[in-house]
Amino acid sequence: MRATVLVRPKQGILDPQGAAVETALEHLGFSVSGARVGKVVDLEVDASTADDARAQVEKMCEQLLANPLMESYEVEIHG
Amino acid sequence: MASPQPRIGVISYPGSQDDRDALWALAALDAEAVPVWHEETELPDLDAVVLPGGFSYGDYLRCGAIARFSPATAAVVEFADAGGLVLGICNGFQVLCEAGLLPGVLLRNESLRFVCRDVPLVVERDDLPFTSRCAQGQAIVIPVKHGDGRWFGPPELVRELDANRQVVLRYGELCNGSVDDVAGICNERGNVFGLMPHPEHAVDPLLGSADGALILASLVDAARERALSVV
Repeated sequence: MRATVLVRPKQGILDPQGAAVETALEHLGFSVSGARVGKVVDLEVDASTADDARAQVEKMCEQLLANPLMESYEVEIHG
Repeated sequence: MASPQPRIGVISYPGSQDDRDALWALAALDAEAVPVWHEETELPDLDAVVLPGGFSYGDYLRCGAIARFSPATAAVVEFADAGGLVLGICNGFQVLCEAGLLPGVLLRNESLRFVCRDVPLVVERDDLPFTSRCAQGQAIVIPVKHGDGRWFGPPELVRELDANRQVVLRYGELCNGSVDDVAGICNERGNVFGLMPHPEHAVDPLLGSADGALILASLVDAARERALSVV
């Protein structure tokens, strides 16, 4: 089953990458604010149901994919 | 009886860079420096362990995040839990944080620039196995070289560390944006210490500073005491 994990810097954590991207976008003439840079992890999970896949991916996030001190995560299961 | 040479291990992960420098520096400070491969599931007989700097596993995902699951790291966690002396330098500090042996996490430098220079530091504690040769409040100079050295912890964690006196080293000037200028911290028990600066690159005046030897020689002293108490 196909899954996507979105990992984001937590609210309140200074994200210098996001700030640099925002500045670069402003230089291009875009009016933007609040840019934050995170990560996407796409993976194929061996699971028979979406619930099972989600449970597995949540565990992966807790154990490896995200560091709860600085990152939040969101799991999408595509079936 | 002549005082024994303490045995201090240095873990080599794929991507470690400063393992040889650490081995060299420890040997120069009269320890028996023992290389330990990351695939070892058990540590040899050691009086202390050093996790060196570098880019273990390419710093993929997050610095230290993959190294945390290597067999040698599991052995280091066991060693630390039993009270063993563990020193993490730069990437080694990041691994110790990811492994949960030290609190907090190390983030990308606030400047987004790789910082590579000598930095002034202030020693906050001299009662640890890693700082016994220093004096509290002493100013020392040790080089840093990192892109992800901004120590971060939420306010309640910072308060806890202050209350427990777990901040061992602070930057004497702005370095990477670390919360409260934290450069090095220890665990509550005081047997695990991680720092971003590289003491192994500062053990000889020829290298610009020999202040790193204060940290490493403290560790060698403490490891020797442990070796003697076991014999």
